[in-house]
Amino acid sequence: MDYNLLWFILVGVLFSGYAMLDGFDLGVGTLILGIEDDHERRLFYNAIGPVWDGNEVWLVTGGGALFAAFPAVYATVFSGFYLAFMLLLFALIFRAVAIEFRSKEPWAWWRRWWDRGFFAGSTGAAMLIGITMGNIVWGLPLDARGEFAGTFLSLLHPYALLMGVTTVALFMMHGAIYLHLKTEGALQARIRQWINPLIITFIVCYALTTLATLLYVPRMTRILREQPALFAVVVLLVLAIANLPREIHRGRDWAAFLSSCATMLLLMALFGLGMFPHMVYSMPGAAHSLTVYNAASTAKTLKIMTLIAAIGVPIVLTYTVTVYYIFRGKVTLGKDSY
Amino acid sequence: MNVEILSRFQFAFTVAFHYIFPPLTIGLGLLLVMMEGMWLATRNPLYHNMARFWTKMFGLIFGLGVATGIVLEFEFGTNWATYSRFVGDVFGSALAAEGIFAFFLESGFLAILLFGWDKVGPKLHFFATCMVAVGAHFSAVWIIVANSWQQTPAGSHLEIAGQPVPAGHSFELADLWQARMVIDDFWGVVFNPSSMDRLSHTLVGAWSAGAFLVVSVAAFYLLRQRHGGFAAASLKCGLALALASSLLSLVTGHGSAAGVASNQPSKLAAMEGLWQTGPQAPLHPFGWVDTTNQRTLGPKIPGGLSLLVGGRRDHPVTGLNDIAAELRPPVGATFQCFHLMVATGFGMIALSLWGSWLWWRGQLAAPQHFASRWFLRLAVPAVLLPQLANQAGWFTAELGRQPWIVWGYLRTSDGLSAVVRANQVLASLLGFGLIYLLLFALFLFLLNRKIQHGPEPLEESHELPQSWLKQGRA
Repeated sequence: MDYNLLWFILVGVLFSGYAMLDGFDLGVGTLILGIEDDHERRLFYNAIGPVWDGNEVWLVTGGGALFAAFPAVYATVFSGFYLAFMLLLFALIFRAVAIEFRSKEPWAWWRRWWDRGFFAGSTGAAMLIGITMGNIVWGLPLDARGEFAGTFLSLLHPYALLMGVTTVALFMMHGAIYLHLKTEGALQARIRQWINPLIITFIVCYALTTLATLLYVPRMTRILREQPALFAVVVLLVLAIANLPREIHRGRDWAAFLSSCATMLLLMALFGLGMFPHMVYSMPGAAHSLTVYNAASTAKTLKIMTLIAAIGVPIVLTYTVTVYYIFRGKVTLGKDSY
Repeated sequence: MNVEILSRFQFAFTVAFHYIFPPLTIGLGLLLVMMEGMWLATRNPLYHNMARFWTKMFGLIFGLGVATGIVLEFEFGTNWATYSRFVGDVFGSALAAEGIFAFFLESGFLAILLFGWDKVGPKLHFFATCMVAVGAHFSAVWIIVANSWQQTPAGSHLEIAGQPVPAGHSFELADLWQARMVIDDFWGVVFNPSSMDRLSHTLVGAWSAGAFLVVSVAAFYLLRQRHGGFAAASLKCGLALALASSLLSLVTGHGSAAGVASNQPSKLAAMEGLWQTGPQAPLHPFGWVDTTNQRTLGPKIPGGLSLLVGGRRDHPVTGLNDIAAELRPPVGATFQCFHLMVATGFGMIALSLWGSWLWWRGQLAAPQHFASRWFLRLAVPAVLLPQLANQAGWFTAELGRQPWIVWGYLRTSDGLSAVVRANQVLASLLGFGLIYLLLFALFLFLLNRKIQHGPEPLEESHELPQSWLKQGRA
């Protein structure tokens, strides 16, 4: 395996980590308006309270790794998606601030407005992440220098919007499963009623996305035709999704959450397999595409980064798991709570 | 307005706003380690109370630092895509190290620091506090390494379309899209000529920011006769760090200036408004740069600049007249920012020396004394001094680097995104303006509420150690 492929995988792992972790707290943000009671809403905030900040670091590090390993991809995508990414930033700032500020005052109107901000920021961020993914799958018009040649409105085509909605549905499902794990009693019973409709909504969205991909972006499935053994990923994905209602039914909340994480990881794996070796597929004009080879940093930089990751990632994983372990169990409200 | 001005303005605005918060978390993080460490050593509930109160302040500030920091990482790509392609190979390693070693460390242990008081034992909690402080310091390390490499590139070379370009050779703008800097030696990049001077100067500046925040709030409580024991102890913690950091700023600042003199002569000339090259270069304590007539007005110390950067009065210093006009930074702005930083730096030294003298006399936390009362009155607004110094210092560093974005290789005006239009940047700039205005108003509002609310009352005995009591009564 060369360093370019390794870093394609590692950047993918970082963004998958972001989807699995920040995915549930973005989902909790979309679900926040589903309940009315302030005490219950506080339980939602505190379920993600100690971890949302660390979860967002996966995006920062993923972006940093992309910049470092594939500067041309980073430069083209970030400048090409200028307005979309500015909106994403506004959404992420707004929800971070909503989480921080909501609990600081007891007034009903104050909390109601921050709840709306939290909802809008979380849902908007999920939607924009999905639209970005949709455009990467669909392909972007690039010129001979690898610069984006479209406009902001050209990014909002139906396929990208469908991917956006699917992402919101996925994060809502993931968030509900996480909340089910962190709550108890009557609130947990209510969340449980949400889970099956959310799973079904996600499956419907995902089926539509898959159909659209098969029809309109057939190159994404080329690798599965050439390497039939990789169909195992699809089988595992379907099993992971089918396993969700089963684990919820059996009351094994942790298993359900892990299964939901596996769903996201496998979705990202399919995305990566379909894209490789392209990182930005140029359409029209496939010759201008950015690949893991023509857009990468030098082998020396990739080697240094591999060393940094080899030292750092085990440490990061150790204390990430430790923090989740320390804050395991049902969420309760104390004097340090949001 | 054109896209270059707008993009420059947006980056300056977002980075300056962000830079209110990280220095506070770096300095406050160190103070939290001190406070919690003292609690572990003495088990005095007062220190525990202090650690709890200042941790809440830390949490609020940290949240804003994260929210505004992610913007900057995006802006390299969104607004400065050409620059990102050009530096990615070098810049990337530092950024990756920043994410993995600093951000994860900070945010992972922050959960325990903020929410883990009842979930983990005191020693593990203290360990988490230390890790948050270390993470905050690490995040400064890597970003300053990257920035210093832009000021004094080392450990790397220029390539065009994969072909190395000999040192000293430039390239045509038409070739820029396939030009990039390539790393030769990671440690050469990390220990580039300016990184350690600038890192130490930035870190002690950050300690001042945290220290003066604590001093200011504690002084406010003492003047209002609220939370006496808590305020006195906080004041002493803050003052100790304020004294150390403001004196160290002088030492590290001198190191930085000497480095600038040898590596970036045009920046030094702009900082001091020096036009004529030669020995006996003067130093202006303050002044005004008259760019049209190429002179600097104001009082001078003859030979002062030569003495400071070269150690002797006849040390020759390069003046602006020997630098091509298009390679000069904006002289007036660089001069004023630099002098503002120096002036606020001396203000901090004076104030912390005065406070330390009162402490030594046993009159520090005693507002009934005339001198102490006036010290405390000045200490309250002094929270702004390190903020001014940090902002002015960064503006000096970045203005003085112009016209370069990567010194000697790439100009800022050539680093823009090719596909981004002025109206897009205008829209995002307005968005940031509105959101940050709201954020800042809310931040001040909540900070004020927390200060007005004050620390939780001590559940256990309200007794202070004898030494605190003695000083409180003096």
